[in-house]
Amino acid sequence: MKTVTPELVREHGLTEEEYGRVKKLLGRDANFVELGVFSVMWSEHCSYKSTRAHLKKLPTKAPWVIQGPGENAGVIDIGDGDACIFKMESHNHPSFIEPYQGAATGVGGIMRDVFTMGARPIAMMNALRFGEPSHPKTRHLVSGVVSGIGGYGNCMGVPTVGGEVNFHKSYNGNILVNAMCVGLARADKIFLSAAKGAGNPVVYIGSKTGRDGIHGATMASAEFDDASEEKRPTVQVGDPFTEKLLLEACLELMATDAIIAIQDMGAAGLTSSSAEMADKGGSGIELDLDKVPQRETNMTAYEMLLSESQERMLAVLKPGREDQARKIFEKWELDFAVIGHTTDTSRFVIKHGGAVVADIPVTALSDEAPIYERPYTKRDAVTGTPSFDKTKPVLASLETILAAPDMASRRWVWEQYDNSVMNDTVQHPGGDAAVVRVHGSKKALAITTDVSPRYCRPDPFEGGKQAVAEAWRNLTAVGATPLAVTDNLNYGNPQKPEIMWEIVAGIDGIGAACRALDFPVIGGNCSLYNETNGEGILPTPAIGAVGLLKDVTKMATVAFKREGDVVILIGETKGHLGQSIYLREIETREEGAAPKVDLAVEKKNGDFVRGLIASGRVDTVHDASDGGVLVAVAEMAMAGKIGASIGQAGLPDAIPFWFGEDQARYLIAAPFAEAEKILSEALASNIFVARLGKTGGDALVLDDKDRVAVAKLGAAHEGWFPRFMAGEEIPAKN
Amino acid sequence: MKSAVIVFPASNCDRDAATALEQITGNKTAMVWHQDSELPDVDLVVLPGGFSYGDYLRCGAMANQSKIMGEIKAHAAKGGAVLGICNGFQVLTESGLLPGVLMRNAGLKFVCKPVALNVEETQSAFTRKYDKGQTITLPVAHGEGNYYADAATLDRLDGDGRVMFRYQNNPNGSARNIAGILNEKRNVLGLMPHPERVVDPLNGGTDGRGLFQSLIETLS
Repeated sequence: MKTVTPELVREHGLTEEEYGRVKKLLGRDANFVELGVFSVMWSEHCSYKSTRAHLKKLPTKAPWVIQGPGENAGVIDIGDGDACIFKMESHNHPSFIEPYQGAATGVGGIMRDVFTMGARPIAMMNALRFGEPSHPKTRHLVSGVVSGIGGYGNCMGVPTVGGEVNFHKSYNGNILVNAMCVGLARADKIFLSAAKGAGNPVVYIGSKTGRDGIHGATMASAEFDDASEEKRPTVQVGDPFTEKLLLEACLELMATDAIIAIQDMGAAGLTSSSAEMADKGGSGIELDLDKVPQRETNMTAYEMLLSESQERMLAVLKPGREDQARKIFEKWELDFAVIGHTTDTSRFVIKHGGAVVADIPVTALSDEAPIYERPYTKRDAVTGTPSFDKTKPVLASLETILAAPDMASRRWVWEQYDNSVMNDTVQHPGGDAAVVRVHGSKKALAITTDVSPRYCRPDPFEGGKQAVAEAWRNLTAVGATPLAVTDNLNYGNPQKPEIMWEIVAGIDGIGAACRALDFPVIGGNCSLYNETNGEGILPTPAIGAVGLLKDVTKMATVAFKREGDVVILIGETKGHLGQSIYLREIETREEGAAPKVDLAVEKKNGDFVRGLIASGRVDTVHDASDGGVLVAVAEMAMAGKIGASIGQAGLPDAIPFWFGEDQARYLIAAPFAEAEKILSEALASNIFVARLGKTGGDALVLDDKDRVAVAKLGAAHEGWFPRFMAGEEIPAKN
Repeated sequence: MKSAVIVFPASNCDRDAATALEQITGNKTAMVWHQDSELPDVDLVVLPGGFSYGDYLRCGAMANQSKIMGEIKAHAAKGGAVLGICNGFQVLTESGLLPGVLMRNAGLKFVCKPVALNVEETQSAFTRKYDKGQTITLPVAHGEGNYYADAATLDRLDGDGRVMFRYQNNPNGSARNIAGILNEKRNVLGLMPHPERVVDPLNGGTDGRGLFQSLIETLS
């Protein structure tokens, strides 16, 4: 075994102070295996050492929350004894190095987090962020990530029902791949990871352990540089076929009562799953590595403990149930081995070749892991209202915006994902939120992921708030009652005080919005050190959210459905152009204040709109967000292949009215009589409301004079992505 | 009509097929594990969509080696109805129950979208409830649906009226826009699109119902 030297400690990403702490906890020097164990368990990725103190401030409770943060995924009650289990997690660094496998194993990992709790996954989403389209690596990364997500999810037979794709130069050297999985279970059959009790068998199930992914968690906790591609060997390789078998076998085992605790082997594999289970159960654990199913020969204890081979789970069974479990895994032709047992020593003990190779107090790997109150430098939010050229023609700008990289149709992406398998997809990708029926019932779940990173750099607090508000709005726009949130916090290096400020303010913003909207955070993931050569990404706190439709037949979609419907705008328009899509795409500037979300207004407007949908009075709704009102109307027209004749209401200038990104706004289309009632009810409730015009024809007509054919807008909107991916040259911005 | 759905490791449309059959027939569907050596007494055997054995080899090749395939061949030889959807179609071509092969999509990408099909023939247990020449819209979801056979085979399929469905806008490069074919005895159908995904209006249509209703009318 290698001798532990200060240099080796540094190579393991531990500071001198941290290693001092290790020695104190052990009462001696660590050996090489133990150093490896500490390095992964104390990595940012596993220990949340920079964010834990701040994450505690998030609201996590509500009467419908069954399980908040701290388990593999969060759980909410959706009535009738059903529970919804979901989580979002990043796989950013591996996906940049090896896009197909990085994205694929990200999907596999988040699915295991959900099914390890007893749920059958029913829907996947993903939030993807790439560098600017003109960057030489972007196409390769988009292509690899999308086919990796499809390759894994399609084989699993779980529909991928939506997500986000954005481009920005801040991601040129560090893309973001955040995958979300939503599953269903019975509320009284949730499986947790607390390995309570001593003397219970610890069983290993799934794939064999190989040398892949060693130190993945440590890689995810460091900045990138130009040599990062040398880290390719630390990226794991996914096998969705085995994962599908593992899913079915685990659900079959879970139908028995043999399991005490179960956890997937994700980051830091065998080490983190076993240490966390013992920690949560208040027990100790002893493993014999000679019994671990191995794919390669002569693997060392260090390699086995740190391997991130995929498609593996660890479970603690009730004594005597080993054979019952073994039969199930043999049927599915998966590896099954009893590799140890729980103890009452509160120690993490690893044996290999008959000798003890690691012996560490369990709490040293959990509660005693360092927590940092890292210093941060507060920065004033960017303020100001940007200037703009008032003479630019509105409809020409609309066409440009609809074909802009961030706004163009993502059909090229989602057609590579099986989005209708399982026969319960009610709203496919392309709407405000995806809607997936609870199998065999009238209920459905609405699912969305949202964040506007362009708001988060100028104003991290408002940007955090807005991400939550927009997710809440998107769920509301389909008619769902928003229930809970999973957050995936992607930021730069927390050791830089200006970045730490973005993190702290972002979490505060998320917390403020979640409290005001009664929208608890039930789980999440932090991905820090998203920097390359010292350049940080835009702060990107992605929000994944789930809502419930009690009756899926009372639902809204974005498409115009009838000619002659009145088009109504709910919510106040002040014409906020700061940090807007318009400013960026038409004036080519990223300037001004980010829009502020008035959370009380957000709630009031949303509750009003949801009420209209739930009572069956309205079936056509779209939120007005990226790009503003005119973009939203155009999207409704393109989706329904019906035009509209609309006019500006309430502002002197056309451009801020049509393209401003004021928050808490919705567009509704309803037949005349219903529209009249909605208008008067909104006024009576002090909700800003405006009649913009009515649907009909095959063109979008502005103020009775300017017009553009819906088909022409559609062609521009649909055209960009396929052309880009086919290799069309994209000019660099700036 | 009594039906069975075969479950290979990593079949993933097995539940969808069973749900659709149960919704339309009102009867419980038997789920048959690939290692079973006997088929229950049924009128229809469905080979569902999915990625049997991961499809790491040629798609359908491993499934064709599984124990239950002998029984399925015997069922077909006796004139029993067999329906292969997507991966099921791939297994049927591998097994020789249907001619030709399904290659990687011409666009080299997985494709999932609703596609318009022409119903080419209604003289079959699978299509009699449709009108000849009718347009129906079913979703496809596959990476390997590019049907290929030599010219003589294609001529024979055309001449015998065994091309049951053709794409209006070919999504995968399939020869002669073929989406689904029958065997010579007209009791085995393979098709790439998924009729079982469009039996409920909430999922985006009911054009798949006709296929199952045709089977009920013929087999009950």
